[in-house]
Amino acid sequence: MNRLALAAVLLLWSFAARATDVPEFHLAIQDHAYQPAELKVPAGTKVKLVIENRDASPEEFESTEFNREKIVLPNSTITVYVGPLKPGSYRFFGDFHQDTAQGRLIVE
Amino acid sequence: MPGVALLVFREVLEAALIVSIVCAATRGVRLRGLYVLGGIGLGLAGALLVALGAGFIAGLASGSGQELLNAGVLLAAVAMIGWHVVWMSRHARELAQHMSAVGQAVKAGSSSLTLLLAVIALAVLREGSEVVLFLYSMAMGGISAGGLIGGIALGVGGGVALGFALYFGLLRIPLKHFFGATNVMLVLLAAGLASTAARFLLQANRLPALGEQLWNTSWLLSNGSLAGKTLGILIGYDASPAGIQLVFYAVTLLLLIGGMRLAARPAAARREAPAAAIPQS
Ligand SMILES: [Cu+2]
Repeated sequence: MNRLALAAVLLLWSFAARATDVPEFHLAIQDHAYQPAELKVPAGTKVKLVIENRDASPEEFESTEFNREKIVLPNSTITVYVGPLKPGSYRFFGDFHQDTAQGRLIVE
Repeated sequence: MPGVALLVFREVLEAALIVSIVCAATRGVRLRGLYVLGGIGLGLAGALLVALGAGFIAGLASGSGQELLNAGVLLAAVAMIGWHVVWMSRHARELAQHMSAVGQAVKAGSSSLTLLLAVIALAVLREGSEVVLFLYSMAMGGISAGGLIGGIALGVGGGVALGFALYFGLLRIPLKHFFGATNVMLVLLAAGLASTAARFLLQANRLPALGEQLWNTSWLLSNGSLAGKTLGILIGYDASPAGIQLVFYAVTLLLLIGGMRLAARPAAARREAPAAAIPQS
């Protein structure tokens, strides 16, 4: 059991260490819309999305197509790890302003 | 207002499904109503606190505080459900003997009631904090008070109504199979919650994916649809799961089913087994 726990810790550790070489991509939320509305990211590799909310109200970055959801408070920045994804176009949205906050992740 | 009603409905439904399964599973227990209301109340208070402290939480664990809190809340609920179902099967024999009286049958369940209260509180806390932040966001956007209140009323009303529908549907199960059926539902619920917890840890880069999007059944039933969300809560359905989510799902299933089987063995056999495992030193 102890050996198992140790292995788990080492595994977590190695993933934490690798987190630093993940390529980073930026998104902004302004006036309840994503900028850019289409973001290109490489296929087959984990990417780090850095999302900045420039509005005065909270938003929730969400995608049911690549399975992520995270609250972005007003005037603050979050990071979300995504993928590795297969090539394709994946919809994401702002759960709190779905009529305007719509975007796509273009994976290629 | 339709937007407000829809989002509130979705979140309330997620919590209401969990609450109604827990309610059904504790059928016949004395003071259950008080416990359930207490759990909902605690959950709402917790949701307000989480929403108020969202900025603080977001900054924890180098920006992963939100994911770690979500995963922690979900795994805590899994542990409590697990404890409850194992405990219930330990008493299954006595329950079966007194099956004629529901009150008798579930009086036994009352000691694990506090845990189920916590499950309800955690479910309400998680979904509720999202609703609070959303409503705050809407209020900032200058929505009319009428639109806000109307939307909340519609959303909460709809979610609670579906929760009650599930509850009364479950009550129709014949008593002979009732606790078996609700136990199965609790186990599937727990496995689904564990899988969601894994997704949050993956999102925070704290776990390996073991294969992102192993398959994709979005064309059939998407995670965003009402049916997809409902099945997501009830059985842990995910249209495109990562490998690690399957691992969490399977491990939870195995642990709970194994625990229930072990607990259900006759008392004599149970007493021998652990004794043999202890080294004589
Ligand atoms: Cu939710």
